[in-house]
Amino acid sequence: MKICCLVKEVPDAAVQKRIDAGTKRLDRSGERTLNPFDTHGIEAAMQIREGGAVAVDEIVAVTMGPDTAVRALHKSVALGADRSLHLSDPALSGSDVCATGYALAKALETEQPDLVLLGQQSDDGECYTIGAVVADHLKMPSLTQVIKMDVSEGKLVCQRQAEYGYDTVEIALPAVISVGDAINEPRYPSLKAIMGAKKKPLDTKGTGDVGIDPSQVGEAGSKTQVLGINPPPPKQSGEIIEDEDTNETVEKIVAWLEERKLI
Amino acid sequence: MAPYEDKTEIQKDITEMVHQFVDEQIIPNAEHFDHEDTFPEAIVEQMKELGLFGVTIPEQYGGMGLDLTTYAMIVEELSRGWISISGVVNTHFIGSYLLMKFGTEEQQEYFLPKMATGEIRAAFSLSEPEVGSDVQGIKATAKRDPASGDWVLDGQKMWVTNGLGSGVVFVLMRTDPKADPPHRGMSCFITEKTPWVEQNEGAFAGLEVPPKIKKMGYKGVESTELIYSGYRCPEARILGGAEGIGRGFSQMMDALEVGRVNVAARGVGIAQRALELALRYSQERRTFGKPIAQHQAIQFKLADMATQIEAARLLTLKAARMKDAGVRSDLEAGMAKLLASETGKECVEQSFRIHGGYGYSKEYEVERLYRDAPLLLIGEGTSEIQRMVIGKKLLERNRI
Ligand SMILES: Cc1cc2nc3c(=O)[nH]c(=O)nc-3n(C[C@H](O)[C@H](O)[C@H](O)COP(=O)(O)OP(=O)(O)OC[C@H]3O[C@@H](n4cnc5c(N)ncnc54)[C@H](O)[C@@H]3O)c2cc1C
Repeated sequence: MKICCLVKEVPDAAVQKRIDAGTKRLDRSGERTLNPFDTHGIEAAMQIREGGAVAVDEIVAVTMGPDTAVRALHKSVALGADRSLHLSDPALSGSDVCATGYALAKALETEQPDLVLLGQQSDDGECYTIGAVVADHLKMPSLTQVIKMDVSEGKLVCQRQAEYGYDTVEIALPAVISVGDAINEPRYPSLKAIMGAKKKPLDTKGTGDVGIDPSQVGEAGSKTQVLGINPPPPKQSGEIIEDEDTNETVEKIVAWLEERKLI
Repeated sequence: MAPYEDKTEIQKDITEMVHQFVDEQIIPNAEHFDHEDTFPEAIVEQMKELGLFGVTIPEQYGGMGLDLTTYAMIVEELSRGWISISGVVNTHFIGSYLLMKFGTEEQQEYFLPKMATGEIRAAFSLSEPEVGSDVQGIKATAKRDPASGDWVLDGQKMWVTNGLGSGVVFVLMRTDPKADPPHRGMSCFITEKTPWVEQNEGAFAGLEVPPKIKKMGYKGVESTELIYSGYRCPEARILGGAEGIGRGFSQMMDALEVGRVNVAARGVGIAQRALELALRYSQERRTFGKPIAQHQAIQFKLADMATQIEAARLLTLKAARMKDAGVRSDLEAGMAKLLASETGKECVEQSFRIHGGYGYSKEYEVERLYRDAPLLLIGEGTSEIQRMVIGKKLLERNRI
C-alpha cells in the first residue's frame, strides 16, 4: 500500500496573522512551519504502517508551494514519510482552493496512491475543502474530519466527527481522507530523524511534469475572486443566569435547553 | 542584501521540535513534579528517545555530533520549560565533554555509546561540604593501592546533581596531597555506580548516596552528597588513563568553561519564560480602568526584560560560537554566565512583581521560577567568582 500525505507550509502559530489589503491575500511573511493539522495525517499513516494490518510500502509527503515549502517537506519526512514530492511552479501562484486541489490531484496521479491523507484544515486559510476537491478530480471517495480509522485489505472503517456524535463509515480504497486533530497525538521527530530528513529523496516537479493545464491554475485559472474582507461578526454574548436559588437556576437552564430541543 | 538568519535550518528544525515538546510535555507537568519533588521519569524517557542525551556526542558513538551552539539553543528551550529538566542533561553533557576531550579511546568506546542514548546518565562532582568556589581546597583523596594497582577513593562530596540517578560520576580527587600548587595533585576519576541505589555493592562498593538535599527550588532533579569510603577504581578509570594523573583540575576547569555557556543558556531560557508570563498576565490584569500593560511603569519593565534577554542570548551564543570555532572563549563564557544568570534572576523578579499578589501564589508558574532562578547564580561558579575570573583575565590581557 502506498500512502500520500498532503502537507502545507503555513505561517507559524506564533506569528500574528494579517491580510494584505492590496492583494487581499494572507500575508505569509515571517516564520513558517508545517501545518499542525497535517502532522496528524502523517501520524495516521505511520500508525497504519506500524499497526501491521496492511503492509505499507511507502509514505510520500506531497506539497504545492514556493521554495520555502521544502522545510515543511523535511519536517514531514522527519515525522516518518519516506520521501517527498514538491510541486512548485510560478504558474501556480495565486491558485484558489479549486485550482490548488486540481493541481495536487494531478501531482497525486503520478504517484497512484492507495490512500491520500491530509489534515482537515490548514492553520492559515482554514478552508476545510482541499480533500474533497482532490478526491473529486481523482474520482476517489472521500471523507472529512475523520477521527478514527481502521484499515484492512481494500477498505477503511472510519469514524467521522459529526455535528452531534460520530458517523461510522466504511469506505473503499483508494480514498482521500482528511483527519481531525483528535485522531492521534503526533510523535515528536527525534534529532536523528530531523537530521536525516534532508538526506531523503525529494522530487521537485513543475506543472508540465505532472500534466497540469496552465489555464486551470494560478490567478487566471482561479474562479474565486476576493471582493472584500470583513472581520467575522462579533460573537453574541451568551445568556448569563445568576444563581440565586439553585432549584430555580436548574429549572431555567433546563427550560433554555428544552426550548432549543437540546434535551 | 543577505537575509538575516540567527539559526541554521537544522537549528530551527531542532529548536522548533524542542519548543513544542516543552510546551506540551514539560510546562503542563512541571508544577506537579516540582510540588512532589519527584524525578520527571516520563519526560526524561521521552528525551532519551528524542536523542537529547547525545546532542554533542559524535555520530560514531551514536550521538548527533552537534556543536555547542546548537546544544545551547536546545538548553535554552528546555530551561524555558523547567530548569530541572536542563539540570538532568547538564551534568551529563559535562561528563560527555570530559570523555570526548580527555578520555582514552577505551573510555570513549566504553561510555559514550551508552551515554548517547541516555542508557546511563552522568554526574560530575567537585564541591565538598567545606569547599565550593575554592576548588583547589578539596579534601577527598584517592590513594594507589600498591598491591593491586587500583586507586582507593575516600572522602565526602556535596551538591552532586543527579547524584542518585546517574550511572557514572566524574569526580575530582586529590591524588598527591603534597603537590604545590595543590591543583597539580588532583585527578578526575570516572566512578561507575548503580543508578538509583543508595548503597552500592559489588564492584561499586564503597560509594554511598545519602538522601537527597531538600532545596528551595530546582526540584525534581536530585542533588545529593556522595560518600566515598574505600571505593576502588582501576587506573584505567582515571580520566585520560595514567596520563591523566595530576591533570584533573585543569580538565575540570576546561569542562566548566562549556558548563558556563550551558548555565548561561539556562538563564536565558528561564528569563524568556518569565517574560512570556509577564506579557500575558500584564495584558489580562486590569487596574485603574486598563490592562496593567498599558501603564508605562509596567511597559518599561517589559522593555527592560526583553532587552536584557536579547543581550544575554547574544552573548551566550557568541561564547558558544567562539568555542565551536576553536577560539579561546574563557572570558566570554564567564561574561555570558554572569549576565545570563543575573538576567534570569532579574527577569523572574520583575515578572513576579508584575503578577502582584498572584505571583506569590503556587497557582502561578512564576512562583516556581522565582524559587528556581537563584540556582543559576551559584552553580558552576557564583557571580562573584565570574567577576573575579573576568576581572583577572581583563587585566592579564591589558597589562601596561
Ligand atoms: C542546587 C545545586 C546544585 C549543584 N550541583 C553541583 C554539581 O552537580 N557538582 C558540583 O561539583 N557542585 C554543584 N553545586 C555546588 C556549586 O558549584 C557551589 O555551591 C558553588 O560553586 C559555590 O560554592 P559554595 O556553595 O561552597 O560557596 P562558597 O564558595 O562558600 O561561597 C560563599 C560566598 O562567598 C563568595 N566567595 C567565595 N570566594 C570568594 C572570593 N574569593 N571573593 C569574593 N567572594 C567570594 C561566593 O561568591 C558566595 O557568595 C551545586 C550547587 C547547588 C546549590
